[in-house]
Amino acid sequence: MARRGAAVPYYLSLPALALFFALLIVPLGMTFLLSFYRFGFYTGIEPAFDLANYIDVLTDGYFHEIFGRTFAIALVTTAIAALIGTPEAYILYRMKARWRSLVLLAILGPLLISVVVRTLGWAILLGNRGVINDVLMRLGLIEAPIKMMYTSGGIVIALVHVFVPFMVIAVWAALHRQDPATERAAASLGASQLTIFFRIVLPQAMPGVLSGSLIVFSLAASAFATPAILGGRRVKVVSTTVYDEFLNTLNWPLGAAIAMLLLVAVMAIIVSYNRFVERRYAQVFG
Amino acid sequence: MAFLELQRLSKRFGDVVAVDGLDLAVEQGEFVSLLGPSGCGKTTTLQMIAGFEDPTGGEIRIAGRDMANVRANRRGIGIVFQSYALFPHMTVEQNVGFGLEMRKVPAGERAGRVAEALELVRLGGLAARYPRALSGGQQQRVALARALVIKPDLLLLDEPLSNLDAKLREEMQIELRNIQQSTGVTTVLVTHDQTEAMALSDRIAVMHRGHIVQISTPFEAYEFPKSDFVSTFLGKTNLVEAAVEGRDGDMLCLRAGDIALKAPAGEGAEGDRVLLSIRPEKIRFADPAKAVIRGRVKTGVFLGNQWLFQIDSPLGELLVVHQNAGRAEAKAGDEVGLAWEGDQVRVLSGDDHG
Repeated sequence: MARRGAAVPYYLSLPALALFFALLIVPLGMTFLLSFYRFGFYTGIEPAFDLANYIDVLTDGYFHEIFGRTFAIALVTTAIAALIGTPEAYILYRMKARWRSLVLLAILGPLLISVVVRTLGWAILLGNRGVINDVLMRLGLIEAPIKMMYTSGGIVIALVHVFVPFMVIAVWAALHRQDPATERAAASLGASQLTIFFRIVLPQAMPGVLSGSLIVFSLAASAFATPAILGGRRVKVVSTTVYDEFLNTLNWPLGAAIAMLLLVAVMAIIVSYNRFVERRYAQVFG
Repeated sequence: MAFLELQRLSKRFGDVVAVDGLDLAVEQGEFVSLLGPSGCGKTTTLQMIAGFEDPTGGEIRIAGRDMANVRANRRGIGIVFQSYALFPHMTVEQNVGFGLEMRKVPAGERAGRVAEALELVRLGGLAARYPRALSGGQQQRVALARALVIKPDLLLLDEPLSNLDAKLREEMQIELRNIQQSTGVTTVLVTHDQTEAMALSDRIAVMHRGHIVQISTPFEAYEFPKSDFVSTFLGKTNLVEAAVEGRDGDMLCLRAGDIALKAPAGEGAEGDRVLLSIRPEKIRFADPAKAVIRGRVKTGVFLGNQWLFQIDSPLGELLVVHQNAGRAEAKAGDEVGLAWEGDQVRVLSGDDHG
């Protein structure tokens, strides 16, 4: 009886596991298999079971540039999101309760709007004849429009906009775990507000900043819609390259290989980063 | 002039009056406790002295200086928090040294003073540890060292011992008292624990509903409580309502029901109804013929070093506490005589009902 009781949670999680298996493991496995096939213009997709696609990607400077750009965009997006999100979370944390819910709604706002709509909005703002350039030229501050569409910078701006909420929530959660009396203790010992933030609050919130960075980085590295709309064909990132291989070149095996490499690279970064963070903070926060 | 002076100090939160026109004067080097139940305003008072809350009214003066426009980080007060509030990301040494660092004390001198402070609280060997790796008692000592190392003019202790277990708490009480006396720092302790307040303080300020209802030495507060609130809050007591019948020399003759009682004359004129307090340890068992009253033992609880009896008597249920002398004096159901000295009875003014 006791044994059967112990097994019940596993039975109950079966439907969820089946869904997980059907929707994630199966497609992933099939993509993985596909990456070992070969594509020819006249022959189509054939089984080859060799590493030709991987060797193609890893030895071609064209793909190096795309991978480099993708991770550079993800890294800069993460850094900016941390710089904006951390103080934002602290302000939110110090806010009176009734203002807080209002501001929280404003922060989470971008997540409630479809990514395509939001990105097209940025396109209207950032274009050569877009709102920002238009205003700056009418004010006579610039002669020629600043190029923002189809640049990595434009992609970073739009990605930061949508990913900052993830950072704010992660840091906010970390702030709630700290003893508010530590700030008062620091004040009683003579620390100014600024010193308290940098010496007492920020170090204690660091695990939150780091976990927020992890979320933002992995989301930014695999973002598709934003780079597709704001970068187009000129500023390609890994996910848009995969898309092109599948739908334009019709080289599915190569697209699959690129997708697998992105997955492996992001996972490797996440795992090693996590290990670093754990080692750094095990002694302090446990 | 007193070192710390609170004059007509008030604090309201919306409609709630937390502190209501409080007056207190603490002398240099004195150890004063603010004692009261939760919600009596003692913590709010401490927060205002520390500068974390702004008073709604009244003045705070430290060494004659008005604190109204002095921010918390400029008051130079050492504070030990209930949660200790150690900085978890700093070692013990960095925690204790933080206040000196803020005062721009050079690194060499800083290390010396930190070591000295850790020595004072007997934590010399643990300087490199993080707070997480310390026991509650050790964290408490670090918090104390951190507050003392800046050589504060005033030390505030916010329920510093409430998170320790009973045995450790007693040890820390003695140690805290020794450290306070050796450093001579003026100290204000906030606590709801009457034993802690009695063990540590020169004077106890008993607080109730935002006021100080009595301020006196621990002995006086316990032996001569001014009101039933002080009497019941400081230790256990038996309260008996009685009517004043007259005087007999310096003793008051009273009557409760059909029992005649005596108490030292103080307040209370003939015909007044007054409240009497008789401490449970002052009541002894006596030969029923010579006893003041007789009663029946309802329960007898053995607590190791003492016995606690509940006794049904004509004065209502009385609590009696006796030191354990190695034998059971009475058991449930026994008929006993109860006696006490008339001069051990206290007449409470009773103007602080509530």
